[in-house]
Amino acid sequence: MNTGAHAEKGGYFVPSPSPFPITLSVGLFFLCLGGALLVNGSAAGPWAAAVGAAIMVFGIVAWFGAVIRESRAGVYHKQEARSFRLGMWWFIISEALFFASLFGVLFYERVIAVPWLASFSAHFTPWVGFKAAWPTSGPAGASFRVVNPWGIPALNTLILLTSASTVTGGHDLLMKGDRRTATHLVGLTILLGLAFLGMQAREFYDAYTTLHLTLHSGVYGATFYILTGFHALHVTIGLVMLSVIFGRLTRGHFGPGDHFGFQAVSWYWHFVDVVWLILFVFVYWL
Amino acid sequence: MSVMDAHAGEGEHAPRGITRWLYTTNHKDIGILYMVFGIAMFLVGGLLAMLIRAELLTPTMRIMHPELFNQVISVHGLVMVFGALMPLTAGMANYLIPLMIGAPDMALPRMNNWSFWLLPPAAILLVMPWLLNLFGIGTGTLDTGWTMYAPLSIQSGPGMDFAIFAIFLLGLSSTLFSINVIVTVLNTRAPGMTMHKLPLFVWSWLWTALLLIAVFPALIAASVMLLADRHFGTHFFSAAGGGDPVLWVHMFWFFGHPEVYILLLPTAGILPQILATFARKPIFGYNMQVYSFGAISLLSVVVWAHHMYTSGLPAAANLYFMFATMAISVPVSILFFCWFGTIWRGAMTFETPMLFSLGYIVLFGIGGLTGLILSDAAADQQYHGSYFVVAHFHYTLFGGPILGVIAAIYYYLPKLTGRMYSEKLGRWHFWLTVAAFNLTFFPQFLLGIDGMPRRIPDYALKFAHLNMASSIGAFFLGASQLLFLYNIIRTAAGWGKPATGRVWEGAEGLEFTVSSPPPYHTFASPPVIR
Ligand SMILES: [Cu+2]
Repeated sequence: MNTGAHAEKGGYFVPSPSPFPITLSVGLFFLCLGGALLVNGSAAGPWAAAVGAAIMVFGIVAWFGAVIRESRAGVYHKQEARSFRLGMWWFIISEALFFASLFGVLFYERVIAVPWLASFSAHFTPWVGFKAAWPTSGPAGASFRVVNPWGIPALNTLILLTSASTVTGGHDLLMKGDRRTATHLVGLTILLGLAFLGMQAREFYDAYTTLHLTLHSGVYGATFYILTGFHALHVTIGLVMLSVIFGRLTRGHFGPGDHFGFQAVSWYWHFVDVVWLILFVFVYWL
Repeated sequence: MSVMDAHAGEGEHAPRGITRWLYTTNHKDIGILYMVFGIAMFLVGGLLAMLIRAELLTPTMRIMHPELFNQVISVHGLVMVFGALMPLTAGMANYLIPLMIGAPDMALPRMNNWSFWLLPPAAILLVMPWLLNLFGIGTGTLDTGWTMYAPLSIQSGPGMDFAIFAIFLLGLSSTLFSINVIVTVLNTRAPGMTMHKLPLFVWSWLWTALLLIAVFPALIAASVMLLADRHFGTHFFSAAGGGDPVLWVHMFWFFGHPEVYILLLPTAGILPQILATFARKPIFGYNMQVYSFGAISLLSVVVWAHHMYTSGLPAAANLYFMFATMAISVPVSILFFCWFGTIWRGAMTFETPMLFSLGYIVLFGIGGLTGLILSDAAADQQYHGSYFVVAHFHYTLFGGPILGVIAAIYYYLPKLTGRMYSEKLGRWHFWLTVAAFNLTFFPQFLLGIDGMPRRIPDYALKFAHLNMASSIGAFFLGASQLLFLYNIIRTAAGWGKPATGRVWEGAEGLEFTVSSPPPYHTFASPPVIR
């Protein structure tokens, strides 16, 4: 990979022209096009989405590969590292605000919308006799039962909290120079994440088959699945990132002075963890 | 401020060929891409506006079906907001912020490229349903208006899904670009360029970026929920499942109201600089303007329900949103006061950028004052959903950001191209634009007061005269923008007089210490700021 024009001059590193961002855009375009066709039942939808996803994977791998090579070649200094850190922080903030919006939806539906719907006089509503309650599937929804918070969800809380300490422990040990144990701890974090996802899948399966809690279960089912679903998606993304870190650790990357990638992934994992704690309290428990 | 380093011999030449634009990591190239895209979309959105006004020229249905009319107004709104104005201000930020703060480039150059190249796919997705419709597939693009209110947007055809996916891409693009702006400003300023010395444009974009990161996630979340309600059987916006269609309206305007300031702030940041240049005086009230940007941004996220006075909110909520909305007029008035202070007793000359800036103050002022009328929860029961609203937001958005962007383009075109534009054409462009703009939109205030609802392809006979006046104004308004286009093209083609590095006699700022056009790479070693 051609490193940028200004690296040698000792100034801020500006990478040379790169084909990867636009590759990613082309992939994303076909993925979105495929999505729009898919939901409308077009046979071309899955094909467009699959092609788009493949192009995206290629683009991401190539892009991050270039960044890792540049990092190994030592073209990043303190100032560039600070840009990456700030960038990652603000990315996590934007993600946090996405989840904040979804929690806002949960509170709005529960505290405002459902009581409001139940408050109309019989002359002004088609849903005479609807009583405000939570959980609810609304005046026209089918009945369902909720997930017991002290079963799988409590166990998953334990798993994620443990994984947060293993990833932090790994980072600390790397800083102290113990690469071997650090690698093992990151590996353990990945296993814990996989266990979490497996349990979550099991919970969704049970919810659908025995509790009859589905996407169609009114506003409770909708908010339940959008919050837990997007969280699970973020755990998956975090796992992919952790796997990259694991691979790089086994290849001898990162050292006490050069560990931005590791640190960023660790932050991301803690973010996913915090979201889960809020989710456990407000979605499962209260 | 002044600069010691002359940066002689700096900056290699730009790469050649199409890949220069596809692969570029150069903030100037990406800025130009953003601006060219924005101007192209401005013309597309303008063409759709011409169609709307042609349909409304007389009170009969003459050129399109009502369904198509609904689609045209929806795409007109989305294209003007997301396709024209946001890319134009982002292009200005891309080109100018590194120059203004003495940085070698944006902090994350490849991501910068990506945020631009997410826009064309979004634009294609938005209009693609029309192309598919030509082949008999689907029912055309979205037809809900740019606000996409549920439950209409739940029942709307496949075009809605394409729009939702376009919004995902637009949200990603805006978020990445905002992160880039924040990191650039916080981390790559030249030594000595303290936050207290930042040009107001940079401050205004910093707040714009913070606003985008704060509110775009809400629109993304709402769009995901809309997609789920449309296809996956959820009931977020449906009362049958305990959900609430008003929730969409809350989430849309939680994004949508700050969006107005996202469009406005960058031009409010560039305006004082242009005024100071042509009044040959320092900017008046720098600190107050910085604080006002902050106050406007913070207030803008807590006033959204002034779009919802007629949706059945409790009276206490309406009262709160009314007073909070009116409170925004305080920091906005401070900005006006500072603009007047800047030109007060200045040695003014009236080149085209100055004319557009003064036009901005007057027309945006009218937009702001009519906004105060609309913010009154009691009065709004009458004005809501009428042409008064249409006139109001065209005075704020065309009179404000679009005139501001035009002023900035005239102001910086000599810097970008190294050539002066035609001053004569520029002045014609200004006077035609302002006259045609008022002829187009002032009658719409009167139509709204008379009770003409917005978003209809046909109307009562009593509205005929004012609508004809408005349409004729719109055709002139559209045609006069061709002068602008021609002026840009002839300047970029190198037909004008050569421009100096400083361009304008009264111009201040780091961007005027480099040559016109600037070298491909600037400030690889930071300038020294005294
Ligand atoms: Cu508003």
